[in-house]
Amino acid sequence: MKKKSGQAEVLKRVLQCIRPHAPIVLLSLIMAVISVVLTLYLPVLTGQIVDLIIGPGEVDFEAIFGIMHKMAAAILFTALAQWLMNIFNNRIVYRVSSEVRQQAFRKIEILPLGYLDTHSSGEMVSRVIADVDQFSDGLLMGFTQLFTGVVTIVGTLFFMLSVNVRITLVVVILTPVSLLVANFIAKRTYSMFRKQSETRGEQTALIDEMIGNQKVVQAYGQEARVQEQFNEVNARLSQYSLRAIFFSSLTNPCTRFVNSLVYTGVGLTGALSVVGGLMSVGQLSAFLSYANQYTKPFNEISGVVTELQNAIACAGRIFELIDAQAEKPDAAPAKELPSDPGAVTLDHVSFSYSKEAPLIENFNLAVHPGQRVAIVGPTGCGKTTMINLLMRFYDVDGGSISIEERDIRSLKRSDLRSAYGMVLQDTWLRAGTIRENIAMGRPDATEEEIIQAAKDSHAHSFIRRLPQGYDTVIGENGGNLSQGQKQLLCIARVMLTLPPMLILDEATSSIDTRTEIRIQQAFQKMMQGRTSFIVAHRLSTIQNADVILVMKDGHIIEQGTHQELLEKAGFYANLYNSQFVMPGQV
Amino acid sequence: MWKLLKYMKAYRKESFCAPLFKLLEASFELLVPLVMARIIDVGIKNQDTAYILRMCLLMVALGVIGLVCAVTAQYFSAKAAVGFSAKLREVLFAHVQSLSFTEQDDIGTSTLITRMTSDINQVQSGVNLFLRLFLRSPFIVFGAMAMAFTIDVKAAFVFVVVIPILCVIVFGIMLISIPMYRRVQERLDAVVRLTRENLLGVRVIRAFCREPEEVRDFEGKNELLVKAQLLSGRISAMMNPMTYVVINMGLVVLLYVGASRVDSGLITQGSVVALVNYMSQILVELVKLANLIITVTKAIACGNRIQSVLEVPAGMETPEQDAASKSETQTGAGRLSQKGFADFPDKSDEDRENAVVAFDHVNFSYRSAGADALSDLTFAAHRGETIGIIGGTGSGKTSLVSLIPRFYDVRSGSVKVDGRDVREYPLEELRRKVGIVMQKPVLFKGTIRSNLLWGNEDATDEDLIEAVRAAQAEDVVLSKGLEEVAHSKGQDDTALLRGLDAAVEQEGRNFSGGQKQRLTIARALVRHPEILILDDSASALDFATDARLRGAIRRLNEKGDLTVFIVSQRTSSIAHADKIIVLEDGHVAGIGTHKELLASCEVYQETHYSQFPKTETADKGVLA
Repeated sequence: MKKKSGQAEVLKRVLQCIRPHAPIVLLSLIMAVISVVLTLYLPVLTGQIVDLIIGPGEVDFEAIFGIMHKMAAAILFTALAQWLMNIFNNRIVYRVSSEVRQQAFRKIEILPLGYLDTHSSGEMVSRVIADVDQFSDGLLMGFTQLFTGVVTIVGTLFFMLSVNVRITLVVVILTPVSLLVANFIAKRTYSMFRKQSETRGEQTALIDEMIGNQKVVQAYGQEARVQEQFNEVNARLSQYSLRAIFFSSLTNPCTRFVNSLVYTGVGLTGALSVVGGLMSVGQLSAFLSYANQYTKPFNEISGVVTELQNAIACAGRIFELIDAQAEKPDAAPAKELPSDPGAVTLDHVSFSYSKEAPLIENFNLAVHPGQRVAIVGPTGCGKTTMINLLMRFYDVDGGSISIEERDIRSLKRSDLRSAYGMVLQDTWLRAGTIRENIAMGRPDATEEEIIQAAKDSHAHSFIRRLPQGYDTVIGENGGNLSQGQKQLLCIARVMLTLPPMLILDEATSSIDTRTEIRIQQAFQKMMQGRTSFIVAHRLSTIQNADVILVMKDGHIIEQGTHQELLEKAGFYANLYNSQFVMPGQV
Repeated sequence: MWKLLKYMKAYRKESFCAPLFKLLEASFELLVPLVMARIIDVGIKNQDTAYILRMCLLMVALGVIGLVCAVTAQYFSAKAAVGFSAKLREVLFAHVQSLSFTEQDDIGTSTLITRMTSDINQVQSGVNLFLRLFLRSPFIVFGAMAMAFTIDVKAAFVFVVVIPILCVIVFGIMLISIPMYRRVQERLDAVVRLTRENLLGVRVIRAFCREPEEVRDFEGKNELLVKAQLLSGRISAMMNPMTYVVINMGLVVLLYVGASRVDSGLITQGSVVALVNYMSQILVELVKLANLIITVTKAIACGNRIQSVLEVPAGMETPEQDAASKSETQTGAGRLSQKGFADFPDKSDEDRENAVVAFDHVNFSYRSAGADALSDLTFAAHRGETIGIIGGTGSGKTSLVSLIPRFYDVRSGSVKVDGRDVREYPLEELRRKVGIVMQKPVLFKGTIRSNLLWGNEDATDEDLIEAVRAAQAEDVVLSKGLEEVAHSKGQDDTALLRGLDAAVEQEGRNFSGGQKQRLTIARALVRHPEILILDDSASALDFATDARLRGAIRRLNEKGDLTVFIVSQRTSSIAHADKIIVLEDGHVAGIGTHKELLASCEVYQETHYSQFPKTETADKGVLA
């Protein structure tokens, strides 16, 4: 995977994205041709009328009316063609950018967790939104002006050639100079636009972090300092923006200057030709106006080129995301999981997030169907990592994990994951109604089932008290729900899906102990005969686990039932007894 | 939108110079045809090659001057536009930071992000284009009309009719499309929200195998966005063709009027040509203007969105107003609350005056919620005391402690800190007294040190290490320090110091929940607060660590000037407290010491025995 795609390469990709819309592009081109030809034809008609207005009493009104009809028709057709062209262009651009955005989003859905955990969400949002936006703006400008520009050039060239070949050559030879100038500037501004884009991403990341956690910022009265930090990035961004915008906007004046040189060149050779008797004054004036018409699109095109620069820089960043290495695809003929899996085996598993810091090494565990496995240990010992591996959010570095003797890498991820019900300590709810949040794992659930799940998880009573009950819309961060209430909803979510296996990572950490005990009972009823993994600090909640794994630094240091471990009087016993030590006895 | 223009002030010079130089450039451009006319009229007529050459040089010179003017104009307009938008971002960010928790809950993060990025970018390009073109186009349009009048008044009336029609079209389309662009941005908000949700909730989404639905959902939202874009595009697509029709029809009429004027011998053929030329000039300008209008329309729609955020009042600034606006919902739900414990032992008013923190008949509800989160809450905490707060899920524990640093305002009643109503404090002064550790531990991008310094910017390394040790986070910092110095073995302070410089990623992603929790506790301790609030901050810590933490905090309080609020689910965490407040559904179910409550408060008993099964030993242990 190339990290920095070259400009040409990005352009090629953009063209590929446009290709499916080729028919509309063609239609748009046809409309451009029609509107330009008619636009160029109109002055001819005007000229004809002017020629008929010779002097007092010498005006041929009948002929003039005839031409006027033609003019009116030409005007209306031009307008129609322009309008259609605009609509086609809009369609192409918005469709293409929406497809690009969708591609990016689909990619996000299959990116490995390792990627998402190490990339700032704000920065990625910036790519999917801001960059795609800029890309579509640039593309739109490109389409509307590039087309008409090119057609106008071809049209006027034709008209000029019909007047005088020699001077046409002067124009044709000189004009591309402006393109060279535009190209020269564009090459240099590309990197500036990219820098602008990158800094913008950085700023979005900062905004995302600080505004997302604004409450902490305010609690610590850090507004001023955060503002300072923001201002620093902001200053850098505006510096890059200024450079990018200014240097790119040089294109237009520069090419216009080249054009005025062309105009002068035509005037000079033309005037000398007239002096030499090679052409008439009338021809010269016609020529000059066409020369003007001819060079104008070059200006516009060069203006468009700078917009395209920006668009391509943005597209480059989007493609970087789209090209990021996705998760390994599911095994091709994926193995089937029995309907009620329960046996989980970890065989010589080793894993680490970074090569320098090995975390889990040579980890072995055999879980029998229906067993309740509790994992305890000091923070940072690798409990959460275990869950990452079981759910295959990360792939093991060595060894294997299997369910019912099938390596989880040979299963479809969706099969594997729906075999587990997972409740994490980090509650995540989405903006939407309470009902939608509970039914997330089973959108087809009936009202009764949803309410039953809420009752089982003891969320029903607080939901009922909300202003709109189950239809209450909760905001982006769970709104005003307390941490514990959010957890109850997460539990209801899992209760509704009734998965064959269960993973609870500190699932009840923010719930009061009375409710917790009731939830435990509900869980126990639900988990009868189902395998479950429980991570908890409150050792009271795991006492009746079939196996307790005590982890430390990525290893199992003790293993057994609650009684066995207490008798062992080791690490676990210490941990367990510490919770009954009341203050004052320390 | 227009109110935003005040942020343009600093760039007054630039926003004046940019159009001015643009105008100069346009004027020089207009001179070129005149020079050409001289070449034809004088040079060619007299066969004067030298004159032709001289005039050509003059044209080149005009070109150079035009170039200089144009470059200057571009520079000024870029500077003004970029400066303006940078200022706007700064102001907006500052404003969002000044919003109280209530407003933040209301607005939502995603839309704030779009407004601060996408919307401001649109405004920037609008301003940039506007400055370059807004003087030039009207200058040429009205200039052309004025010139027409000098030629023939009657014919010029065609212009008088055409130009207002053009204005109606241009502004009409603008007016219609502004709300449309607004809708585009709103739908963009939805797309942003979904993208963020999928990034932040990736584990849950994948655990539930929701990816296909998410993609479908996204495509639906995206499609809505495209529809809105296409609709607004369809309207602005009419701008060019309509103006084209109006002008050229005007041209036809002009030709007819001209023809009859010539027929009656009032003007010459040449004048007609001149009139036609002026009409065409207007057309050329309007084509440019159409682009400007579209961009400016977008910019105005976006500007309005920015403006609407800036108009959200920072709710905390004006207390009286706030109290008024919040007294909307008054449900009778909580009225029956305070029976047995309504008048707590030593709760004379005077006593509350002397308290560090005093709640006086506090009622509180969240703006969007129906029922009260807290009702009729009264208690006092004295200097050096430890207050435990316990209660069921959603009983109002977090709401209670949120009122102390005035994250929210009470609906009625009052919260006093050091005898002064929290609404009378400058927020900064109030919050400096308080160190709060929130339920959700958050660290920020930077280093461990930079995060800890949030507590107190003047803290020395010793202060930091002391806080880290008290927060039981020494091993976290140490392990990070050791990672940095791969082979250094000693557990000395140098490794610890190095650990302080360990990098923290955005939102502390590279730390586990428990690690973050301990570091956030350290952050609160660094500031040596008068009031320390631990909002269930030990939930991710094992019991031994939790106990050590409590011990350390007690040692910090040797001087007896630290008031500690501990919110917890575990009775063991608060049993030692001087006073325990038991909450149930926002009402006080009991206030007292562990012993008292165990004897008298049913809710507390239930909670306690759910954690310490009612056995002889446990009871003994507790009472010891």
